[in-house]
Amino acid sequence: MSTVAFTIIAILTLAAALAAATLPKLMHAALSFAVMFVGISAFFFLLGAEFVGLVQIFVYIGAVAVLIVFTILLTRHDTEKVRGFNWNGVVVAVAVFAGLIWAITKTKSLSQAPLQIEPVTVQRIGELLMTSYVWPLQCVGVLLTAALIGALILVMEEKRE
Amino acid sequence: MSGDAVDQIFIHAKQWLLSFMSGRAPDWLIQVASSLINIAVLLGVFLTLFALISVLERKILGRMQNRYGPNRVGPFGLFQPVADGIKMLIKEDIVPARADKIVHFLAPVLIAAAAILSLGVIPYGRNMTPFVIDGGILFFFAVGSATELTVFMAGWGSNNKYSMLGAMRAIGQMISYELPLIITVLPVVMIVGSLNPDKIVVAQSSYTFGFVPHWFVFTPWGATAFLLFFVSGLVESNRTPFDVPEGESEIVAGHMTEYSGFKYATFFMAEYIGMFAVSGLGVTLFLGGWHAPLRFLEFIPSYVWFFIKLSILLFVYIWLRGTLPRTRVDQIMNFAWKFMLPMAFTCVVAAAVWHYTDRGLRGWLWSFVVIAAVYVTLSILLDTRRKFAPRTYRFAE
Repeated sequence: MSTVAFTIIAILTLAAALAAATLPKLMHAALSFAVMFVGISAFFFLLGAEFVGLVQIFVYIGAVAVLIVFTILLTRHDTEKVRGFNWNGVVVAVAVFAGLIWAITKTKSLSQAPLQIEPVTVQRIGELLMTSYVWPLQCVGVLLTAALIGALILVMEEKRE
Repeated sequence: MSGDAVDQIFIHAKQWLLSFMSGRAPDWLIQVASSLINIAVLLGVFLTLFALISVLERKILGRMQNRYGPNRVGPFGLFQPVADGIKMLIKEDIVPARADKIVHFLAPVLIAAAAILSLGVIPYGRNMTPFVIDGGILFFFAVGSATELTVFMAGWGSNNKYSMLGAMRAIGQMISYELPLIITVLPVVMIVGSLNPDKIVVAQSSYTFGFVPHWFVFTPWGATAFLLFFVSGLVESNRTPFDVPEGESEIVAGHMTEYSGFKYATFFMAEYIGMFAVSGLGVTLFLGGWHAPLRFLEFIPSYVWFFIKLSILLFVYIWLRGTLPRTRVDQIMNFAWKFMLPMAFTCVVAAAVWHYTDRGLRGWLWSFVVIAAVYVTLSILLDTRRKFAPRTYRFAE
């Protein structure tokens, strides 16, 4: 059951990623990028990491994908133009992929039998965030607030003389 | 225990249906069948409700505007949705020549899918949550946040400036109001200590003196959060007075301008389903879910109470539509960032105060003080009452 699901989701995710890299229209590429995010969150669900899967949809579909689509729309005038094939991109992609494969095969713990991991509940994550990891959480909060205020100052209307 | 039998009648019916399969079919098939039954019932109930509400809305609006609503088809015009459905189905489906065919087609499908998915996590009665998931509330908002992308797809795919403008407006206000919508849910999650909608309903089950229910709406922070949640929900479902994205008099029909026939009907349906979902979540979070308002009324089945509360909220939606004019885009945005957001944060603080002052009368008073103080400060700070002066015009820059 779960291998079947894994295969289907893997094919869909890879197809969406490939489409995002190769589709001629930029907007289509951005939308297939969003489909790929859905595939990744489906993987998290399959692994029992419900919370991470939901946050994946929340952040990447609800915010990042909308942001990408908007930046394309607001900054580029050639969204309708057909893109050429980018060979430099292929070189970078192959290099990153090879590096990852090398790192994975070198990992020693890969050959050991996988531990039985309980599905992580939302409650457990919340408790950990509020006890052991409360300082990192607060620091991230301060950072995000600073970013929010910075963004507001950037777009604020300048006072007329 | 006859009351219990009526309460659980749908659960028993489903188990009875599934009992035919047990022993004969593999386990996973039974699981799939169980999910399919849930989905079929959910769709059946809410599409019927959609048909009913669409005619009731026109009747009630008609009553408010001193005219008859639809009254030609069937008794009291009740078969109007059937006629409308047939009309929508046999209309020509027009796709603009310069439109992006695939995106144009996918947008209504995805928007309806997102709306229907969010219905799945709401508890409609005792043991009657179609899709039990630990982070149910999070699921609701995760699915809801996908709506923005689909609205964008509709606007961009149509290749029409009105569509694009409408989509921009819709996304702008949806993103702005998603913040207060989610933050007003936080105090409830904090107090209950769970993101599971069933646990949130159970936490509101007891009564003080047997007649004051422990619904969160009866605490100061809960009442404030509920009002903010309701207004945000109004914006999220693009209803009057916040229907700028499809303001007919300005930009035709916003992101739905280039849609006709059944695709338009799908958008329409998604909007109503979204409204049901947000109201359902409001009932679950603040109005005690499927619990009866008084203890001696508990003999009435739980799902009846849920749908009574839902209908009251839907009536308020229609009532507001009949009463209020459309607001301006900048007014909506200002209201979101300058008033809704600080008040939503205040609710979180007030809920914490309520919790740490023993959740009793003292907690009630203290959290009331917190909210009143912030409300008064905000209204002094945001006082934009201009003295009499020549009218000024502001134009888009």
